[in-house]
This record gives sequence, C-alpha cells and structure tokens, in this order.
Amino acid sequence: MVRDEAGRLAPGIALAGIATAALAVAWLSVTSGAYPLSLSDILSVIVRPAEADHVARMVLVDVRLPRFLLGFLVGAVLAVSGAILQGLFRNPLADPGLIGVSAGASLAAIGVIVLGGTWLGRWVAFAGEWALPIAAFIGGSGTVFLAWRIARRAGETSVATLLLAGIAINAIAGAGTGLLTFYSSDEELRSLTFWTMGSLGHASWDDLMVAGPWLVLALVASPFLARPLDAFLLGEQVVGHLGYRTDWIKRAAILVAGLGVGAAVAVSGLIGFVGLVVPHLVRQVLGASHRTLLPLSALLGGTLLVGADCLARVIVAPAELPIGLMMSLIGGPFFLALLLKRRII
Amino acid sequence: MSLTASEVSVKLGTHAVVRDVSLQVAEGELVILLGPNGAGKSTLLSALAGERAVASGQVAMAGRALADWLPADLARHRAVMPQRVDVNFPLTVAEVLKLGRPPEPSERSAPILEDLLQRLDIRHLRYRRVPGLSGGEQQRVQLARVLAQVWDSPGPVVLLLDECTSALDPSHQQQVFGLLKRLSRERGFAILAVAHDLNLAARHGDRLVLLREGQTYSDDRPEQVLTAHALKEVYGLSSRIMMLPEGYPMVVPSDGPHGDYQTAPSKPVCRQAS
Repeated sequence: MVRDEAGRLAPGIALAGIATAALAVAWLSVTSGAYPLSLSDILSVIVRPAEADHVARMVLVDVRLPRFLLGFLVGAVLAVSGAILQGLFRNPLADPGLIGVSAGASLAAIGVIVLGGTWLGRWVAFAGEWALPIAAFIGGSGTVFLAWRIARRAGETSVATLLLAGIAINAIAGAGTGLLTFYSSDEELRSLTFWTMGSLGHASWDDLMVAGPWLVLALVASPFLARPLDAFLLGEQVVGHLGYRTDWIKRAAILVAGLGVGAAVAVSGLIGFVGLVVPHLVRQVLGASHRTLLPLSALLGGTLLVGADCLARVIVAPAELPIGLMMSLIGGPFFLALLLKRRII
Repeated sequence: MSLTASEVSVKLGTHAVVRDVSLQVAEGELVILLGPNGAGKSTLLSALAGERAVASGQVAMAGRALADWLPADLARHRAVMPQRVDVNFPLTVAEVLKLGRPPEPSERSAPILEDLLQRLDIRHLRYRRVPGLSGGEQQRVQLARVLAQVWDSPGPVVLLLDECTSALDPSHQQQVFGLLKRLSRERGFAILAVAHDLNLAARHGDRLVLLREGQTYSDDRPEQVLTAHALKEVYGLSSRIMMLPEGYPMVVPSDGPHGDYQTAPSKPVCRQAS
C-alpha cells in the first residue's frame, strides 16, 4: 500500500525513498571531489588498510568521511530543531534563523574567535578546544530562551511577538557581529567569514569529537518530545489538560533545539533554510504528527545538506562554494515555489 | 462532591473578574454555567481547570485540592475543552483523537476511538485534515478528543466544557447534550458546561448556575433560575417563560437588550419574527 487512508504516502515508502537518497548522496560525498575515489579504492582502504594507496586512505579517512558524517549530522539536527521549534511555537515559520538562534550562536562563536586572545582569554584558557562550541551552544540556547520569554505573556506565547523579537535579536546579534568584524584582524576575518556563510570544508575528526556528541544527543532526545509536541499543535493549554508538565516540555524542547543548533553552528557556521524547508516537505507528504516528522526530517535534512555539499564542491571545482550560500540558493527558490503553489501549511 | 469550588476569586491584572464564587458539581450531575458576555464564565472555568491561579478560595476535585494532584493523574480523571482550539498543522481527525489517549497499543485505543467517532458523527471525517473542516466539525472533533481522554477512566470523571456546542447546528447540539446527559446518568460523569443557549440549558441541565459580573446570581434547577425577572436583571432581556409539559421551561425572548425595537437589527424578517 503506497498511500494510507488519508491520502498520504505510507511512512515506510517515504523512509525507503529517503534512505535510498541518503545512501546515494553518501556515495557521492565520499567518492567525488578533487581526488575522485573508486569503489575499489574504498574497498582496499577498508579491507587491506596497510596495502592501500596512502593518498586514497588519507582522502577517505581524514577528509571525506568526517565531512560526510558532520554534514549529515548537522543537516539532520538543523531539520529536527526546525521541526521542534515549529511545533513548540505552533508556527510553521519558526526557523532557528528567524528567531535568532543561529545569529546568537554565531555571535558567541565569533566573539570567541575575535576576543579569544583578549577579553575572553580566560574562558578560552579554561575551556580549551571546547571554548567555541560551548560558547555557540550558550549563545544559541540563550537566544531561543530570550525570544521565548519576550513572546510569553500571561501564560500564552504570542507568535507575532516571537517573530518580531527574533528580528530584533537578529539585528542586535548582527550589530555585535559587525562590531567584532570591525575590530578583527585579517586572519580572524577569514575564520569569521566561515561562520557567516557556513562551510563543511574544515570538517575533521576533531570537529566531530567536539560537536558530534551534542548533535547525536539532540537527535536521540528528539523522539521523546514527539508526543507532547503533537499536543502542542492543539495549543499550550491543551498540553496541560492532557497531563503533560507544559513548562518542563517547553524547557526540554528549547534545550534540545538550542543544544543542537548551537553545536551545529559551532562546527559549520550559519546554514539556513534546512530547518524551514525540510519539516515542511515532510509534513506535506506524511502529515504533521511528530512521530514520523522528527525522524524523517532528520534523515531528509542530513541527505539534503550532504547533497548540497556535493554540489557546492563540484560547481566551482577545484574551489568550493560555502554550503550556507548553497542552501540559500537552493532553498530560497524552492520555498518560493511552495508559496506560489499555495502548499504552505 | 466531585468538583468543589469555594469562594473562588480570580483577578486579571487588578480587576477581579470572578468574585467569591462557590460551586459544586456532584457525580452524575450535568451543571450548565450561564451568563452574559464578560460575566466571567470562561475565567471561572479556567480557574476550575487549574489553568489560571485563583486570587483567593479553593478548588478541589474528589476531595483533594487541585494543586495536590499529579498532572498525569489529573488528566486520567478530568478533561477540559477550551472555547477555541485552532489547529494550524495538517493533523487528521484520527490523529487528533489519538492525542487524547495515553501511549497504548492500538488494539486498546481503536474500539474507544471508533465508538467516539460514531457518537459524535465524525466517522466519515476520520481521515480528513482538521484545518480543512468546518467550525462545527472541528468542535465535534475536539469534544471527541476530550471524551477519549477519560472514556475508560477507572475513577470519578469531571468534564469542564467551555461552549462545546457553540458552532454546532441544532441537531448536533441536541445530540451532544444528549450524550453528555447520558454520560452523567449512566457513567456518573460530573460535567460543568458553559453555554449560551438558554433553552438547551433548560432542556438538559440538572442545575443551572447564572453568573452576573463575576458573581453567582443564582444556582438552582432550571425552572428556578430561568425566570423572566432574572433574565431581565442579568441579560437585560425581556422574555416570556413557558413551562413545557415535558417538565422544563422554555425561554421566548421578546426584544433586544435595551428593550426597544429601534436598537435591534432592523431587517423586516426580524421584526416579524419578534
């Protein structure tokens, strides 16, 4: 049975489809690039690592594999965080970017880059290589919390206020980023550009060690929010009537989204549109229930980001486009097309 | 007493919207809360639901203060239907109903949901998406979800319903109140429902509570509460009350809130009808 009684694609079919696409982009991501790898190269690296071509092994293990894994995790987490925030705020437009989470996370990250040697020197000395991702995490979850507090009046979260607060927070974080850019050295400026345009180009096993656990934690925690988030679609009051501890769930959801997006921004910079477009697509095809929405958004988000990363590497080879730029290039027109077809919501 | 409110006051800002209201709903009783717009019905109901803090007074369910209940236990014994539930996401009717149930195997929930779909006449809509349904259909879906929550509850059940039939056509209004009445009679549900339709209240309520400016104006059997004098005082509505042979009163409004025809809508049809 391809479609269920509600005329939706059966989740199993969708899962099989996305999983196939995920495998395809995984293959593309690992094999294509400035140094193409063939199946036999990869097999020899896996089966007889000692005899394998040294360069092939290095490209596969040190460059392509961490890049694929990080890209997939970041895409998955951005999509899941988007879905969580949209459910929490009952608004399909609540993207981490729109409510200022990404801007807050990247402001904190850029703060560590630029002020790491001066004002934040003690923090960097204290936290070491964790200084940047932890700062990005605090910046990310702090801004979600701020936007949420501002939008909350008399027990109700006002969606209009939330988006307006998001605009203001984006502006403030943008000003902060601008100020830091103004005071940065040339070298800092280069790493800074990396944040604002987003890139997986520097992905390494170190990045994965630092951000991976947080990303995986966010993904693993998200299914526990599925049922209460479904209840949130009926309104905050109803969540309480159904016996959930509304405040705990809100905090948990904000923590998971802030943690995930913070960690994602820490290793890949600003990547927009994944959190907005992917949950939309999944809802169109499979409906709004978070039990299917969250896992399939994760899978599709990872696939989409890795796919976009492959494109970004190929289009202007041997150079590569920043992935954030690539996503906006793909996501913007795609979203407009959805809008014109009036299939939003 | 299944639900007891004693001298409850609720403030919105500095304004006391509900003042010293005491109210009881016993097991097996269907009580209807009446009053003009802004009389504090919904505010009182939300205070009874524990959504809104009371400025003073006590709310207890089955003898225990509301605050002493664990949220999950409370949800097993009490269900609340807010005045409006807007669904902006493409959930189907069946999915919304399922939200009322705890996590459980579908063999357990399926017969309950099937029963409720049938009783609320939404079986044919079960795979439709809720945002695309009419207001009345959505209201029946929400009511079904509310009932699903306590349908197989082992203990006493309290239902708090805020204008649960406001968007329904007359036939579905009767059907829903008939169902509520049966649930109170046969299953001992204690039901408090806010309503505006005086005749619906008279026909189905065991007891009516009439609120005026946040205070209880009267709390008694329908024929005691629905008097021409009370309706004039509380709503500013002139009316005739007829006692039907079935044993409940019927209210026939005779003119608008200000007692003169000029302020009433001036469509000719209205004039003739009144």
